[in-house]
Amino acid sequence: MAEALATISQVQDRGMIQIRADLAQAGDAIAEAAGLALPEQGRITTDGNRSLGWMSPDELLLVLPLAETAEALAVLQDALATEHALVLDVSDMRAMFRIQGARALDVLAKLCPADLAAMPDDGLRRTRAAQAACGIWREPGGYALIGFRSVADYLRAILAGAAAPGTGLDPR
Amino acid sequence: MLTLTCPYCGIAAEETELQPGGEAHLKRFGPGSSDAEFEAYLFARRNPKGVHFERWRHAYGCGKWFMAARDTATLQVYGTYKAQTPFPTPEIVAAIQHRHPQWRPDFDATSPTPTSAPEGLTQ
Amino acid sequence: MTQTGPFRLPRGGRLIDRAYQLPFRFDGRQMRGVAGDTLASALLANGQLMMGRSFKYHRPRGPIASGAEEPNALLGLGQGGRFEPNQRATTTPLVGGMVTASQNAWPSLNADIGAVNNWLYRFFPAGFYYKTFMHPRPFWKHVFEPIIRRSAGLGKAPTEADPDKYEQAYAHVDVVVVGGGIAGLTAARDAGRDGKSVWLVEQTPHFGGRTPTDHADGQSRVDALLAELRGMENVTLRRATQATGLYDHGYLLVRESLADHDPNAGIPRQRLWRIRAGHVVVATGALERPLSFAGNDVPGVMLASALRDYIDLYGVAPGRRIVVVTNNDDAYRTALAALDAGLKVVAVIDARSTADGALPAAVRARGLRVLTGSAIAGIKGGHAVEAVKICAHSGSGQVTETVDADCVAMSGGWSPVVHLWSHCGGKLNWSDAQTMFAPDPSRPPTGADGNAMASCAGAAAGDLLAAELTGAQAESALMPVWVMPAHATRKMKFKMWLDFQNDVKVSDVELAAQEGYHSVEHTKRYTTLGMATDQGKVSNINGLAVLSKALNQPIPATGTTTFRPPYTPLTLGAIAAEARGETFLPLRKTPMHGWHEAQGAFFEPVGHWRRPYCYPKGGESHGDAVAREIRAVRASVGTLDASTLGKIIVKGPDAGKFLDMMYTGMMSSLPIGKCRYGLICNENGFLIDDGVAARLSDDTWLVHTTTGGAERMHGHFEDWLQCEWWDWKVWTANVTEQWAQVAVVGPKARMLLERLGGMDLSAEALPFMGWAEGQVAGIPARVYRISFSGELSFEVAVPANRGLELWEKLHEAGRDLDVTPYGTEAMHVMRAEKGFIMIGDETDGTVIPQDLGMSWAISKKKSDYIGKRAQERSHMTDPGRWKLVGLESLDGRVLPDGVYAVDEGVNANGQRKVQGRVTSTYLSPTLDRPIAMGLVRHGPQRMGEVLEFPAGGQDSYKARIVDPVFYDKEGSRANG
Repeated sequence: MAEALATISQVQDRGMIQIRADLAQAGDAIAEAAGLALPEQGRITTDGNRSLGWMSPDELLLVLPLAETAEALAVLQDALATEHALVLDVSDMRAMFRIQGARALDVLAKLCPADLAAMPDDGLRRTRAAQAACGIWREPGGYALIGFRSVADYLRAILAGAAAPGTGLDPR
Repeated sequence: MLTLTCPYCGIAAEETELQPGGEAHLKRFGPGSSDAEFEAYLFARRNPKGVHFERWRHAYGCGKWFMAARDTATLQVYGTYKAQTPFPTPEIVAAIQHRHPQWRPDFDATSPTPTSAPEGLTQ
Repeated sequence: MTQTGPFRLPRGGRLIDRAYQLPFRFDGRQMRGVAGDTLASALLANGQLMMGRSFKYHRPRGPIASGAEEPNALLGLGQGGRFEPNQRATTTPLVGGMVTASQNAWPSLNADIGAVNNWLYRFFPAGFYYKTFMHPRPFWKHVFEPIIRRSAGLGKAPTEADPDKYEQAYAHVDVVVVGGGIAGLTAARDAGRDGKSVWLVEQTPHFGGRTPTDHADGQSRVDALLAELRGMENVTLRRATQATGLYDHGYLLVRESLADHDPNAGIPRQRLWRIRAGHVVVATGALERPLSFAGNDVPGVMLASALRDYIDLYGVAPGRRIVVVTNNDDAYRTALAALDAGLKVVAVIDARSTADGALPAAVRARGLRVLTGSAIAGIKGGHAVEAVKICAHSGSGQVTETVDADCVAMSGGWSPVVHLWSHCGGKLNWSDAQTMFAPDPSRPPTGADGNAMASCAGAAAGDLLAAELTGAQAESALMPVWVMPAHATRKMKFKMWLDFQNDVKVSDVELAAQEGYHSVEHTKRYTTLGMATDQGKVSNINGLAVLSKALNQPIPATGTTTFRPPYTPLTLGAIAAEARGETFLPLRKTPMHGWHEAQGAFFEPVGHWRRPYCYPKGGESHGDAVAREIRAVRASVGTLDASTLGKIIVKGPDAGKFLDMMYTGMMSSLPIGKCRYGLICNENGFLIDDGVAARLSDDTWLVHTTTGGAERMHGHFEDWLQCEWWDWKVWTANVTEQWAQVAVVGPKARMLLERLGGMDLSAEALPFMGWAEGQVAGIPARVYRISFSGELSFEVAVPANRGLELWEKLHEAGRDLDVTPYGTEAMHVMRAEKGFIMIGDETDGTVIPQDLGMSWAISKKKSDYIGKRAQERSHMTDPGRWKLVGLESLDGRVLPDGVYAVDEGVNANGQRKVQGRVTSTYLSPTLDRPIAMGLVRHGPQRMGEVLEFPAGGQDSYKARIVDPVFYDKEGSRANG
């Protein structure tokens, strides 16, 4: 039997910080504090091991090494102290998966109604994977998918199921 | 199954990514309103065959509520616009009239916003 | 070639590979087919013409078609969990080792007892059930219904779970072409040349449709198109892929067969594609119509195109002596194909007075008899055609000649397959010249932009010949023939089948018209025409033509019934896909879920969460476990996994003002460091959620919701913030899952937490309804001094990733204190002992806080909050509303949940009046007696009164109205 369409692995070493603010007003301060360019609508900017994703017109998600989270949180809170802004450590409430391999897109196409093939290279798409909310962006060699921690088992199971060997989406 | 474009994030979301929220542009009536006003606010809803303005939330997405102008019979979407819009925008009205030249808005877009902030809240 | 059946022709068979023989079983008999066969072609090759029995009369039936429209040849496939009823033999690819069985026949296909209905056909007319089983009324329930239920339904439902896997996939495509015939291939090529992303889906395993069979150079035309398409990177071709329905905004459902009937393939059986198509080209071809002559359902009578297919595609001859009967030129192709295959063609019977087109000329040139102006008067034979009686078409059936034959190929013309076009609102026009409904391009189904989202091509568009693509020569006009012969007798019409599967005949439709069923939709339901599993693909036009004639109106005035998806039945497995077993729902698990599982917790669903209901030890019953847990908590200390409680951050300069609008109570005045219980109502005034809010800082609150309410309340907050008060400066965030939360509860709770160290949790440092931040057992924590049990209680929130660590440390440190994990049921009982309400028990969407004696939680100072105006309505302020009380069972039995207290008198319907109901009821282990709460009219003013609660039959309970707080009325325990 052929190999799985993609390798599914859960990522445990990433921290996440949710930022809610008026991006037009506080964008520069956030970018500076996060050390990343402010993403455009629907995009995610990446530099080294940090990414800053556009979640909504007033929400960003900073993804970074878990060990750097506490300090980044303090820096951001400091930078936004005079703004009407909310900066929260949300590392623990998320489950993150990597879908790696040449057929990673097939795996996601079985679960997500979003047109991920058309997503720009630096796109971030919030959608659902089967019945669970998720966010997806590209990483070298595949995709990153984040969802809620309580449904991590569900996400792992549906991703593994969708990646079952011999189930590529090419015409037969 | 509908697709609607979220005006906040530009995503053409399908119905399973959205949460419906009923009729748009309702004016809230709170304490001090008459029984008739309050009853209409809570219960009286249009049910047109044709042009309709409704609320949708991009639930599996950016989480924002937005408005859609839609034809309930043909399912044509005349446009979507942000929830913080007191009345359908001139672009929406134009899109509707492009399809239905006889259609006239039944709202007065020059009047104050239909939303009401409660007054005299004790802090 | 007897190995693959006596009816296999020595040559031919475009789709089969004779080198690969495939054994299979039919009704226990071992048979052989070849690779490329359908089940129907393999059965025919083995001489098995009769494949089933009709639904109502149990008439012997063979296949009349070679494709998806087949109404007769429905088989049960597979065994055990893989058994599937009603599978079309004509579209099921033969797989080696297949086990198949006929349906609707007992004890056997050849000797079926139900066929007695066939002799009684005069007593089973249209509407038989409606007319017969009306009286006497009691007979319905005890006699008629059981009999009908036993005989209802075609095929048997499988009894075991389906072991196969299914999956779904999404696709976003510019143009989807449905149908891989020559029109579809051409449309795909054209769209492909335009650079669009194109899918072409074909229901069969082969491209080309009818063209290779029907046209001399058809195969090469198809091959040329395929070669070009296969060279286009933007074009995807999918075979064995059935478009089943077209829905709003270009949403197209397509089922791809991956390993149908091949359980060893190790891959999903089917894949359901959910496609968003920019445009759909409906190139689904056309279906041939049967002719309505007496005996047109006898096995061996089939569509002319089907006979052609069996000969050309599979090298099978369903008969040796063939009669062709037609009203058009196309059927002459069948005569030629039969001749080419070396079969005897007895005659071509043509209802038209002349047949002088190129095809009839070619047939005559081969020396065949062509009988124009003729018709079939009847068929001799029951289980198979033996002879054909011929008459003049213009007459009433006077037999002029009887010819020996074993197969009749009939053609009544063709109907475009307009299903997909019509599913989403495309309109049709009637063509008198071609006697068919064809798509009206000026009234297409429209999409989100208001423009056409589908178009039709080739035969589906009404261009039956598609001469431009096939190179076909023009044919002469057909003649409408709806009943054959034109003046057939009533007796003949009793044997003219319209709907073969459901046994609806010309006589039934005429009877319906006579009885006043003028609407085609009513006639359909009265006669069951078109209601079988084939959904009337071959019967509908014939049926409504007969109805129109009976009503003496043109066919377009009668119109068609509604075309509804799916085009062919869809398996439930494909609809469910991954949503079964462990992944049926996204089950939500707390960070301590694994620990609970290891302890043998019994879980209960709360929303999508699974929460421990109790932790039974050894052989303990759930009730005993709950009682033990409660006693342990009240005596010493217990822990509850409260991680599921909703936690929402509300922050901003206007956060206080906003929360005052959301809650009935005052949240803006809550001091930093304190907690306050609050109620949330909807705009209708009804209580929808409750929980404790904590003020974290000047501009930040953390509000707790119920377990089931977290997403709902967060959505509720966001709705008001985004859509009503968007100028208020407030951010919200649902951080429910960021925190693991443990309620440490009981008189020794503080002692236990102090052993873990890190925080001053003394009554002075952290008084009741206060919260503090610090460390517990070296883990960053927020501790809320709140109580839902009435005991000394600390809710400890730590980052979710460290929840299990905290939980385990608590259990390690408290071993000598008998620290006991307790579940939701113990929590429920303890809160009821304290008279605390539970959303969903004391509330049901019609209860306002005032009903629950909770006016204390409603601020009198606020001019507004969500629900305030509603609570001012006369019905809400009515003193007669049912209000919360405690209920004390008089005889020591626990009151049943939900029972009603009866009042004097009866209502307008003669039912006893009621005056209250039980909302929560338990056996209290703490008090060792039953306790209950309920809503009772004027309840709080009626302390001491006894109410009666009938509980069905003679059983009745009595309970006294008491204070709802059963335990520790002073509340001293929580203040410890």
